Amino acid sequence: MIFEGGGQGPMAPDPSLNNHHKGDHMERVLLSHGAGGREMVALIERVFLAKYRAPGFTGDDSAILNFGSQALAFTTDSFVVDPIFFPGGDIGRLAVAGTVNDLLTAGARPLALSASFIIEEGFKIATLTAIAASMRQAADEGRVAIVTGDTKVVPKGAADKLFITTAGLGAILKPGVSGAAAVAGDKIILTGSVGDHGTAVMLARENLLQGEAIISDVAPLTELVLALLEAGCEIHAMRDPTRGGIAAALNEIARQSQVSLEIDEARIPVKPGVTAACEALGLEVFQVANEGKMLIFVAPEDAARALDLVKANPYGREARLIGEVKASPPGRVQVRTTIGTARILDMPSGELLPRIC
Amino acid sequence: MKFIDEFRDRELVQNLARRLGQLAWGPATLMEVCGTHTMAAARFGLKTLLPPPVKLISGPGCPVCVTAQEDLDAFLALGRQPHIILASFGDMLRVPGTHTSLERTRAQGADVRVVYSPLDAVDLAKQETAKTVVFFGVGFETTMPATAMAIKLAAAEGLDNFLVFCVHKTMPAALRALLAGGEVRVSGLLLPGHVTTIIGAQAYDFISQEFGVPGAVAGFEPVDMLLGIESLLRQISQGQVFIDNVYPRAVQAQPNPRAQKLLSEVFAPDDAQWRGLGQIPGSGVKIQERYAAFDARARFPEIWAELAPPPPSPCRCGEILRGVLTPKQCPQFDKGCNPSQPLGPCMVSSEGACAAAFRYER
Ligand code: SF4
Repeated sequence: MIFEGGGQGPMAPDPSLNNHHKGDHMERVLLSHGAGGREMVALIERVFLAKYRAPGFTGDDSAILNFGSQALAFTTDSFVVDPIFFPGGDIGRLAVAGTVNDLLTAGARPLALSASFIIEEGFKIATLTAIAASMRQAADEGRVAIVTGDTKVVPKGAADKLFITTAGLGAILKPGVSGAAAVAGDKIILTGSVGDHGTAVMLARENLLQGEAIISDVAPLTELVLALLEAGCEIHAMRDPTRGGIAAALNEIARQSQVSLEIDEARIPVKPGVTAACEALGLEVFQVANEGKMLIFVAPEDAARALDLVKANPYGREARLIGEVKASPPGRVQVRTTIGTARILDMPSGELLPRIC
Repeated sequence: MKFIDEFRDRELVQNLARRLGQLAWGPATLMEVCGTHTMAAARFGLKTLLPPPVKLISGPGCPVCVTAQEDLDAFLALGRQPHIILASFGDMLRVPGTHTSLERTRAQGADVRVVYSPLDAVDLAKQETAKTVVFFGVGFETTMPATAMAIKLAAAEGLDNFLVFCVHKTMPAALRALLAGGEVRVSGLLLPGHVTTIIGAQAYDFISQEFGVPGAVAGFEPVDMLLGIESLLRQISQGQVFIDNVYPRAVQAQPNPRAQKLLSEVFAPDDAQWRGLGQIPGSGVKIQERYAAFDARARFPEIWAELAPPPPSPCRCGEILRGVLTPKQCPQFDKGCNPSQPLGPCMVSSEGACAAAFRYER
């Protein structure tokens, strides 16, 4: 993708960047600008898109490049997670899975990745080797090769341990899959429980609730998504709900596609430990990042077949239909709560769990 | 989680809602005095279950929101001292002070750390021996014991680089001020379960005895809250007013003796400044003389000497905390003020009434 966080094509620039108060006339980048919510959208619109919005920019996670008859998906992502090893994964696995999943959301078969490293002086080579091995394993699992890269070492303190940037190329299998392509009637499949990754990293970093086995879901979903595409399921939109969680991902699609989403909260799987941790930390679990889940918008006639295919994959066993697409009001995500009332699920806003990916 | 799901059961809730309909004979304005209740009510759409004449309004129970602007300004000023680390709960980071916020002052180079407990701030002080860590002690009786423990721990370890800026507040005194002020006619108070586990339900007896207003101590699951509301409506309709405890699985009439002992060892009652309510006698605590070495006010008296009173602001959080105004009645709501560009704490805090209304009720 060109701009992580979804560029929100139809959205007007947000005034939230006018953040100077009396006594601070210099606007600065705040951590909340990197949290995947409203502030990030506003920063991207105002700074990056204002200077280099490409023709055909959609706000999806991958850009589409056309070369004659072949369409390619192209995306990039940087990873700064802290700690670099966490239950269920590490920064290397995350860097591969994140970019692979972004390619998949375009209906593409991942072809090749690049991997660039910014390493803090003094980093242990044995640790770097372990991370490289983890990347190789994730790439094999994601059926993609890491074909090029770059290595920079910076003085101690100029970076925190290790940052990785990956970019990926994929061959489009099903043209037109886009966050802007959901239509009324589509069913929404969620491939498994939410909040695992963000909660696992958070607890690992803060040394909280030790003994709670909460494990990141980080995984490349190549086989799960390719099975759908190869079976010819009528998929309209996909998004991996990373930063900002399913709240951000669903709001992005509602806005891009100018549709209304109705979600049944009782159908969204959340692991008991994750619920408990989120209650303790005061987090809204729908805003917490996932790194091995996909939201899939599928035409109603193919919904049952698609769900079966997803459930046949080890990463999709807990998949559920969580809701459907309505025509109006455009841009709204409404949740039917576990007690049967209705409420809005809003785009997340404000700093939430920095450096989880 | 089994324990939580039981109290969110769809059918149970719908049955309770029907019972409320039978009990509501006339208009009633109920106040949930606690921010956790505010958020839970919004998140579960509880207001849509109430019979039309029953209104649920928010009160002064969001700890970040009631923190006075001048106290936040003082904390921000502390951060401009050399070799200081400001340690705060995350909810406070984006609250606008008079000139800046913790989030912005951090982007300008101040050392601001988010902690989940005051004990984390003590750990930080142990690691960062060349700097002094100042913890912003906000919140009600629920967060006070942890701050007391942090101070005792720092004393036991002989730390000289850990300070607390204590602006903790006590719930009963604020409720007394609110009821005595008479600005809103509250027909019943939904009281917070977690605060009450510390202070005991009897701390609220004055509400029914002196002001003739019913109260119900309730937990934070939808069923708990509806049980509390049911008790309030029943008390109103039967004309029998008392402080009911519908949260007996956690709350007792008596205060928790261990917590009380800890609190009285470290803190002494004091007057406190509240956003929206002003100075309320006996509604806060100060750090006891014997722990003065850990009191930021004692260490940096010049900060308070130089502090200017905050200028007027278009934000009406004060009225919201008093129950005089609802978030949607604020002219700035969803116009000049939203969670990305908050004008006041009620739009920032995860327990703030404006944030709850913005997130879940627009
Ligand atoms: S909507 Fe904003 S300005 Fe109005 S009271 Fe709430 S926080 Fe203050």
